[in-house]
Amino acid sequence: MRLSQAWIVAAKDFATFTKKKNIVYTVLIIPLVIAVALPGVIFYVQHRPNGAAVSAAELTTLLPAFVFFYVIIAGFVPTTIASYSLVGEKLEKSIEPLLATPTTDGEILLGKGIAAFIPPMMAILGSSVLFMGLMDTFTHAALGYYYFPNWDAAAMLFVAVPLAVVMSVEWNVFVSSRVSDVRISQQLGTIVILPLAGLYVGGEVGIVPLGALSTPLYIAGALAVVDLLLLSVVRETFQRDVILTKWR
Amino acid sequence: MIEAKGLTKKFGELTAVDAVTFSVAEGEVFGFLGPNGAGKTTTVRMLCCLISKTSGEARIGDYDVSKEQDSIKIRQMIGVVPDNVGLYEPLSAYKNLDLYGRLYGMTEMKRRESIQRYLTMLGLWEKRDVPAGTFSKGMKQKLAIARALIHDPEVLFMDEPTANLDPESAKTVRDFIMELKKEKRTIFLNSHNLDEVEKVCDKIAILNTKLMATGTPAELEGMVGARKVMIGLAQANGAVVESLSKKYPGLTASPDGMTLTFAPKDPEGQIPDIVEAVVRAGGRVRSAAVEGSTLEATYLQLVRRDAS
Ligand SMILES: Nc1ncnc2c1ncn2[C@@H]1O[C@H](COP(=O)(O)OP(=O)(O)OP(=O)(O)O)[C@@H](O)[C@H]1O
Ligand SMILES: [Mg+2]
Repeated sequence: MRLSQAWIVAAKDFATFTKKKNIVYTVLIIPLVIAVALPGVIFYVQHRPNGAAVSAAELTTLLPAFVFFYVIIAGFVPTTIASYSLVGEKLEKSIEPLLATPTTDGEILLGKGIAAFIPPMMAILGSSVLFMGLMDTFTHAALGYYYFPNWDAAAMLFVAVPLAVVMSVEWNVFVSSRVSDVRISQQLGTIVILPLAGLYVGGEVGIVPLGALSTPLYIAGALAVVDLLLLSVVRETFQRDVILTKWR
Repeated sequence: MIEAKGLTKKFGELTAVDAVTFSVAEGEVFGFLGPNGAGKTTTVRMLCCLISKTSGEARIGDYDVSKEQDSIKIRQMIGVVPDNVGLYEPLSAYKNLDLYGRLYGMTEMKRRESIQRYLTMLGLWEKRDVPAGTFSKGMKQKLAIARALIHDPEVLFMDEPTANLDPESAKTVRDFIMELKKEKRTIFLNSHNLDEVEKVCDKIAILNTKLMATGTPAELEGMVGARKVMIGLAQANGAVVESLSKKYPGLTASPDGMTLTFAPKDPEGQIPDIVEAVVRAGGRVRSAAVEGSTLEATYLQLVRRDAS
């Protein structure tokens, strides 16, 4: 496996993405909304004219749950980009000449993976910086200290989020191999967020302690297992023989 | 350079390519003819290490298509123009080619040289910065050909490169193939255009799941019945027919006595003598032509025979 060869494939995808403005928007828009909307809610609640402000205790359970939002969006921000990268290639029939070059199936898969991983990851991390800055500004008065950054958030953003992005990319590669319509592929592609959303609900009703430092690590562990399982499925699907004769 | 022995591909129950055996020498232009669904694309895909074979053997140069290590080396030495061009439509013509140059491990300078050379040869250099998606079919096809040649491959596979092109674009592509032929490249050309194959190929194979025939264009033309000399007379003349049939046993006259038909060994070579004999016998010649078995006749017969 030559990383350089995979990188050429990824660089080509980056070049095509930048020509498709709507792909750029779909990657940026959700992280941006989250970064502004969640702190906005807190700001609103703290400044309502005649309601009680949120207590420090409440804030310390709310904020980690908000950080968990990033794991959820990591599950679907890559959807558009990943399904375009594969279904697009399938529709334009450009995968066949690509497979005819001295590039292995694994290198193409890795290239596609890198192309679908990096933009969502950058958008999410960029968004989280804005999110933490705004949150700190709005909650400092109530808490008496800056809540972010902290280890809990770091574990979510640097371990759980990348693993969730990988899961989403893998799932989308798999879905893309089964359908040949970008829209359907995107819809099926977002299914991966269901278990993540389930975890979030569990946190809200108190089953999953989202605030505990160990939680992101358990989530990350579970995601890592799912990633590995999906990887073996994807490697089976992403073989030239299968791509050219069985993909639809 | 290209060798297939009993090459077979099955898709489940369906046998797409059935025990096909042929070989293509270095520098040869090999025409692979066959009707729709004959298995031409499937054969090319097996030879280019794009899909696996069910059984049999195939080699490109010294490499075996079914060996993992060899497959990368084969793909480094071949160029492929697939039946669907498969360009990256949002990217410019130049970027499309540059990407492939990179994948073949070419240096930046080599890439630039090669891209300029082929885009110029194919008349696309002026359009190098235009997105490939805006190109006409003919231009896209040419760009796909340039892409297949970017790394200067020893063997070039082309899957129906002139299908869907207007006569003029088809001719440009055909002329370009003739240019490549001069460079002594081995070319494997899938087609169902008989004229095209006859014009450019040194050797032809006719496929209809099974290999029906292989040979030079002339050999294949002669396969179904012999070719005939047809002499058209200005007026019917019994004396001419009598004198001629003595000299050329087997010569027949049409019922109206206006056309003489004869099948000698070398039809073209015999025409001057026959015409002279007609004139000596007092006849007047209106036309003289060689007719009969063409590549088309052979092709149709082989393909139909199989169907019945
Ligand atoms: N992936 C596949 N799965 C099942 N059957 C296939 C597949 N690919 C090709 N076939 C079948 O194999 C046979 C040969 O197809 P192939 O595409 O090689 O023909 P072809 O000679 O290239 O035809 P055309 O002139 O139309 O391009 C056909 O009957 C086709 O339906
Ligand atoms: Mg075909």
